[in-house]
Amino acid sequence: MSPEFSDQTKQKIAEVIARYPQKKAALLPVLHLVQQEIGHISAAEEIQLAGLLELKPIQVREVVTFYTMYNRQPVGKYHIQVCSNLSCSLLGAQSLIDYLKDKLGIDLGETTSDKKFTLTTVECLGACEHAPCMMVNFDYYGKLSKKTIDEILDHLE
Amino acid sequence: MAEKLLTKLFDVENAHTIDIYIQKNGYRAIQKALKEMTPEQILEEVKAANLRGRGGAGFPAGVKWGFVPKTVDKPKYLCVNADEGEPGTFKDRYIMTHNPHLLLEGIIISSYCVGIHTAYIYIRGEYEVIALRLEEAIAEAYAKGYLGKDILGSGFDLDVYVHRGAGAYICGEETALLESLEGKRGNPRLKPPFPASIGLFKCPTVINNIETLANVPLIILNGADWFKQKGLPKDGGTRIFGVSGMVAKPGIYELPIGTPLKDIIFEHAGGMKKGKKLKAVIPGGMSAPVLTADEINVAMDFDSLVEAKSMLGSGAIIVIDQDTSMLEVLRLVAKFYSHESCGQCTPCRIGNAWIRKTVDRMANGAGQKGDIDNIIRVASNILGKTLCPLGDAAAMPILSITQKFREELESHIKGQG
Repeated sequence: MSPEFSDQTKQKIAEVIARYPQKKAALLPVLHLVQQEIGHISAAEEIQLAGLLELKPIQVREVVTFYTMYNRQPVGKYHIQVCSNLSCSLLGAQSLIDYLKDKLGIDLGETTSDKKFTLTTVECLGACEHAPCMMVNFDYYGKLSKKTIDEILDHLE
Repeated sequence: MAEKLLTKLFDVENAHTIDIYIQKNGYRAIQKALKEMTPEQILEEVKAANLRGRGGAGFPAGVKWGFVPKTVDKPKYLCVNADEGEPGTFKDRYIMTHNPHLLLEGIIISSYCVGIHTAYIYIRGEYEVIALRLEEAIAEAYAKGYLGKDILGSGFDLDVYVHRGAGAYICGEETALLESLEGKRGNPRLKPPFPASIGLFKCPTVINNIETLANVPLIILNGADWFKQKGLPKDGGTRIFGVSGMVAKPGIYELPIGTPLKDIIFEHAGGMKKGKKLKAVIPGGMSAPVLTADEINVAMDFDSLVEAKSMLGSGAIIVIDQDTSMLEVLRLVAKFYSHESCGQCTPCRIGNAWIRKTVDRMANGAGQKGDIDNIIRVASNILGKTLCPLGDAAAMPILSITQKFREELESHIKGQG
């Protein structure tokens, strides 16, 4: 295995692979582990993981591009994903997205120049009772208003 | 208040930990199942209970298990569907967060019944925090000897693993879920063969929703007749309805199957938000055909919703008020399905993209005469013409919105054409 992953990640990857009768089945969870460490999945990681899981690099690329959670480009320290699906939109998601764009001075899919925030929309997060909601990295925030968004962002260092 | 079965422990502090769960009579069902019952007896009980799948399709769980060949020289697998991507649906999140051991008990009993020794819980990638909670619960169950080798001295072995998805609605479809678990794009498979004979790693596989499996321990402890009494004879038990949108009290409500939709919205969920007026309801997740305000006198069970030309689906109720534009609802539905189509079947890939383009144009004030007829024509040509149900899931709400709210949609086009 390539030396660029930490020992902890290498150990976790080995543990995950052992859960399946076929190595390639570990691809999705292994991509999560690599992204957690490196922040995104570039061609170098695709090639490396292909070697590790006995796949062709294109088979890894197919998966990385199919699933929305794998970042092919670096994202900010905090990835803000605002739900733009029905229940959240009924309760004003669009105005919050506009508010965040203004507040951060970026468009959807962009990262602030200090690399702190990336802003995207996301389809239903499965937290419709807390609509409108968003995810910052893996933390959920619901019943959002401009005021609560200000408070949440102020607490992120 | 209705009797709580699945959600009984949700308000009990730390009920997600194994000690509290056992204190509240947890893990009694596996004692009974593994020590006093044969796999055949369990299968008969679950079949008799008429436990229908809670993920959306409503297929009877016992019948599904019965399709798996009894003697086969390959391993068998259980895939637990925790993808929960149907817009409006959030019930399984509650079960996994507040009562993960009830789910594990259901997994153990189902696996014992079918002769399965490996189970994967496929959970949507965004639920990372919940995946960690499940892993903690699994570790606790191993430590008590409820998972692993020779469970309760019965000679039965079972390993359970959590597998996180990575953001793809289609992976809630059972064969796409299998592809995804095998490390591939979530492209649904052609059926037959069905997963019961050729599923995960080409082996016999059962795929059940979280809420479905959570009901199994209750059936084992209390019997099929009891379970049917809690719901309907042909559709046993309760449902955890998720209510969202313009209601006073959005949230989950565990109620007997067959509870009228009107009562769920106006009694349990507190009625409309801030005196808003009801316009439409999506009764079973975004894929379900929309009901107008005049059509909500319907019982929330699989058969009644089919009669009302909609579907119970995942039991996710989205309430739309009079101030909301149905063109905006249509835009969001079209956006979602065009985004989530896996692209494998041409009618779904091209059709949904075309509908989205047309609806976006209407929403931008550039609608043309004939747009609505075109949307209906394209949606009708997706319906029934795709490998998996995503095509239908898109076409059904789109057709119902365009047909039931045609006049309103036309008003956005007037003077443009």
